[in-house]
Amino acid sequence: MGSIWEYANPVKFSRTAGVVLPWVSVFATVALIVGLVWGFFFTPDDYRQGSTVKIIYLHVPAALMAINVWFMMLVTSLVWLVRRHHVSALAAKGAAPVGIVMTLIALVTGAIWGQPMWGTWWAWDPRLTSFLILFLFYLGYMALWEAIDNPDTAADLTAVLCIVGSVFAVLSRYAVNFWNQGLHQGASLSLDKEENVADVFSTPLYVCIAGFVLLFIALVFLRTRTEIHKRRAKALLARERLG
Amino acid sequence: MMPDLGKYADTVLSAYAVSILLLIALVWWSIVAARKARRELDKVEGHRNG
Repeated sequence: MGSIWEYANPVKFSRTAGVVLPWVSVFATVALIVGLVWGFFFTPDDYRQGSTVKIIYLHVPAALMAINVWFMMLVTSLVWLVRRHHVSALAAKGAAPVGIVMTLIALVTGAIWGQPMWGTWWAWDPRLTSFLILFLFYLGYMALWEAIDNPDTAADLTAVLCIVGSVFAVLSRYAVNFWNQGLHQGASLSLDKEENVADVFSTPLYVCIAGFVLLFIALVFLRTRTEIHKRRAKALLARERLG
Repeated sequence: MMPDLGKYADTVLSAYAVSILLLIALVWWSIVAARKARRELDKVEGHRNG
């Protein structure tokens, strides 16, 4: 078993991605189909929320991923800043579009769910607001990568932005606990039996979460390899022009 | 086959439609970008070797 740092080698990473990607993609597809079909077709209505409870199978996994993708970006950005491994910077870059789509799904499904339950699409509630700010951080992060020509400078500045944005990722997760106010409830999944959603809802929810996690892994492998290919093509072209 | 979603049918179906469309768009965009990058790299490498 080699060291994890071997994967900092772009060739080794691309080769591993080629092996891992098909398997993770298949498992992600199966888990997502099973989880969503189970949740949509084979779970009962909630006694208070009616059939809107079925939105949980999209809203909760997307919200979980929105926060955790940012933490993955934080870790890879720190690896870039400390060890200057290009693959880690490119992994953070590749993960950002996945994170922004997850945040958007969480925001949109939350608004759609909130309308009949709270009587409003949107409220300046601590959790909703911190999620909106996280969405804007994702946008800013992606814009910063595109705005700077030098890839190493872009990686440095986006890594710093990622560290700053982590404050809002933490707030998105714990806003309900920090400010015990607002419309949004606490965590849906908890070790506390009293707080946790009933098993009939939580089991398909775990399958959906597994599907979202696997989809994220597959997309990060794919998008990081894409960034490696783009960078190599650019470097070869630049070398050709010089020679 | 379709479960009875009652008065919240529009709410539930629109949440699923938007989310599934966004997920499909993300996967599609990632695959198209990956193919384009691979093609461009092959072209540059082919040009260098040929």
